[in-house]
Amino acid sequence: MNLRSPLGAVLGRGTAGEGVGHWRAQRLSALALVPLTLWFLVALIRLPLIDYAAVTIWIASGWNPVWLALLLVTLCWHARLGVQVVIEDYVHAPAIKTGALLASAGACLVLLAAGLYAVLRIALRGTV
Amino acid sequence: MRERPLSPHLFIYRRAHTMVLSITHRITGVWLALGLCALVYWLMSAAAGEAEYGRATALLGGWPLRILMLGWLAAYCYHFVNGLRHLGWDAGLGLEKLQARRSAGVVIAVTLVGLAVAGYLLFCPRAGAP
Repeated sequence: MNLRSPLGAVLGRGTAGEGVGHWRAQRLSALALVPLTLWFLVALIRLPLIDYAAVTIWIASGWNPVWLALLLVTLCWHARLGVQVVIEDYVHAPAIKTGALLASAGACLVLLAAGLYAVLRIALRGTV
Repeated sequence: MRERPLSPHLFIYRRAHTMVLSITHRITGVWLALGLCALVYWLMSAAAGEAEYGRATALLGGWPLRILMLGWLAAYCYHFVNGLRHLGWDAGLGLEKLQARRSAGVVIAVTLVGLAVAGYLLFCPRAGAP
């Protein structure tokens, strides 16, 4: 039988290190978004037309679907982490806080799934 | 349960304009997260076909959403440059008071330039506007 209290069991062992994970992920996704978002905006501006044909051809050509998928993953990840911190800092009522956290995380997942589906569907058009 | 201190204590500090930049970073971040919905809507419409895409660009190219889009692009410029400033701080660069004030000026200047460029791109005649 272990008579040590839960607190006693963890004292002196240092932190779990988990808190750094969120912070680090936020910075890492921010760094990745620097080239990805710049690439996306420059590519859009360089398109002579933003009509259906030009946009779908651009999305499907070369490595563009890959970069677009990475952009969507990183954007949704970064958005989820950022909105989470904002909710944790400013929403104090426990029920609303949990609800808002779940809703924002879920919304980011839905956006990610929809965005990836759209890119894949455009990129694979004609092949399936 | 005993009341525990919560962070951040917003109202006990003397106001400094770098604080305004800090909260603006969060506001633009949340605002950009909403812009993600518009981006995904645009992609989904392109995936759905030409008719749906036409409907989406007509909606996005209309005046109300065009102004929202200007807001998103300006927020992007701000969040981008101020984000680099934050990354610099995380690396231990530019933490002195004077340096932070100077970089704040750079952030505001770049955002204004970005706002002007975005305004030009969105409001000069072009087919559709994502």
